[in-house]
Amino acid sequence: MNSKDHALELYSKMLEIRTFEEKVVFEYPNGNMRTPTHLGIGQEAVAVGVLTEREPNDVIYSHHRCHNHFLAAGGSSYSLFAELLGRADGCSGGRGGSVHLVDRSVNFLGTSPILTQAVAFATGAAFAFKIRQEARAAIVFFGDAAFEEGTMWESLNFSALHNLPVFFVCENNQYSTESSLEKRVPPNTNFIEKARAFGITAESCDGNNVEEVAKYSKNALNHIKSGKGPFLLECHTYRTYEHVGTKFDYEVGRNYRSKEEVQKWIAKCPIISIRKILLQTYGVTASDLDQIKTKIFKEIENAFSQAEKSPFPLLESYFENLYHRK
Amino acid sequence: MRKITYAQAISEATCIMMEADPNVVLMGIGMDYSSGVFGTTNEAFIKFGSSRVIDTPAMENALTGIAIGSATVGLKPVIVHARNDFMLLSLDQLLNVSAKWNYMFDGNAGSLPIVTRAIIGRGWGQGATHSQSIQSILAHFPGLRVVMPSNPADAKGMLLSAWKCLDPIVILEHRSLFSIEGEVDEGMEFTDLDSAKVVRQGEDITIVATSVCVYESLLIASELSNLGISVEVVDLRIIQPIDRSTILDSVKKTGRLLIYDTSWVNFGVGAEIAAIVAETDSLNLKTPVVRMGQLGVPAPVSKPLEDQHYPTSKSVLDIIQRMMSREIAVIRTIPSVTRSFQGPY
Repeated sequence: MNSKDHALELYSKMLEIRTFEEKVVFEYPNGNMRTPTHLGIGQEAVAVGVLTEREPNDVIYSHHRCHNHFLAAGGSSYSLFAELLGRADGCSGGRGGSVHLVDRSVNFLGTSPILTQAVAFATGAAFAFKIRQEARAAIVFFGDAAFEEGTMWESLNFSALHNLPVFFVCENNQYSTESSLEKRVPPNTNFIEKARAFGITAESCDGNNVEEVAKYSKNALNHIKSGKGPFLLECHTYRTYEHVGTKFDYEVGRNYRSKEEVQKWIAKCPIISIRKILLQTYGVTASDLDQIKTKIFKEIENAFSQAEKSPFPLLESYFENLYHRK
Repeated sequence: MRKITYAQAISEATCIMMEADPNVVLMGIGMDYSSGVFGTTNEAFIKFGSSRVIDTPAMENALTGIAIGSATVGLKPVIVHARNDFMLLSLDQLLNVSAKWNYMFDGNAGSLPIVTRAIIGRGWGQGATHSQSIQSILAHFPGLRVVMPSNPADAKGMLLSAWKCLDPIVILEHRSLFSIEGEVDEGMEFTDLDSAKVVRQGEDITIVATSVCVYESLLIASELSNLGISVEVVDLRIIQPIDRSTILDSVKKTGRLLIYDTSWVNFGVGAEIAAIVAETDSLNLKTPVVRMGQLGVPAPVSKPLEDQHYPTSKSVLDIIQRMMSREIAVIRTIPSVTRSFQGPY
């Protein structure tokens, strides 16, 4: 694929995710999505840039802010809307909610909101690939607060010890709930240096530049699949909405970060950035991009209205699937 | 039938499943030591080597998450904790994730066939952090299977069944039983993961026991039969999902229930069983239910204090005497299996 087509693909995918999340923002106040939801708006370039470089048999795990990764991996917006609405057609049958997503058909193998649980899952999948000598990678997304958890260090140590094919992707958005990095780690903390201390190759990149994320990810996955062991990529990015829910912090009187700071990052929107490149560098016309936008908008609206029509789980199913064995 | 020890039975089951299934791997601290977790992993290490029998760093929680991740792509990991106390570090992954996996994703995330073997210690001054018995914590969380083998045949059969089971399962073994011998089938004899077992028929009183307490209860029952007291011993075996009907059938027959568990009495397995009985109509109990187990302090090291901490055959007999409202003249001392353990670990 040439760079123009690739850039168009990255733009379309990010726009699809943004449109999905904006539909959530629009519908959430109606109260039919009864599930604590962590919007990925502002962070789309990480999910899309990393996963554009994956092979179909690479496996993916994620954390609580996982809609971006689910959709970028190829999960359907219908099954995600249905999940948020608690419907039987949801990717987790309506039982998991926003933070428990899965779609094995696209090797999106699970998400978990307790910090770093999924980091260990990916390490384990990579361990299986190593034992079976399969040229596959396990990819995991996590936030900066993961570096505060013990399981992070246990997983880094083990993955380095066994030279595992795991791609650790840190979405450093500077905040854990409402706590800034300054409150959580000592001054001058450098996460990639910490990973390097284990002998793990680690790099840092602009997480709002989707082409840059893709370039680093391609390099990382090549590194991993050529048997050189784990790779950690720290992507600097920002969530523009509140930690959980669909409001801006400044709308609800929270002052842990300023409106100016949020607006500064909104101006660095990864979708606006790639749109500019498409127009200026690749010579795509505004009307081409508008057509894409209209098409995506219709698809998302359609997915939502279909999901609204899908049934709730049967009450008789309440006890089902506690165990896998019948 | 030939007799082998509880430890040999575990080792044998491990080798059978690893031979038959290339996806089975053993992970934990000490897997490849010559002592092989009290003789249960060394044979597998010799046969299958370090790619499938993996001595891991001290990382209980990540290890359990690694087991989960490996299971999502088809491995069948067996984690071993030389003492179940260390397993407390893994409860985030075990309880927050593995127990919920199937229900939370409505079966869409695949199965998690993860086996966790963990050993309970007792006596010889093992003390507060090496002699706990954490079955009731584990059994509280829906979705996890929790089993406790009391004899060599079940030690093998439960591990084989756990291998075939597609759910996360914890097998709590008892260190005091490792050198006990019993008849064990040489092939694949599976233990039913759904039912308790009446291991001795009786008419006068039911003892529902777990793990090593079953072994002790059988010795006590045998002594009492010489005195004309007929004790029925129910080996609970499966803590979760608990088998209510075997318990209730026995109590209906005898009208007396003593529960003898390896852990603390408060909020324990005995409390659950007593509640099951209390919630059931028309059992017409002849005496109140009695629970026995560790008293409500951490296990002390000093011998006189430790001796007081655990029930003995004497204290169990005293309770039965009270429940039967009759004097029991003990003819001889019943040897304690747990006291034969001479340490250090």
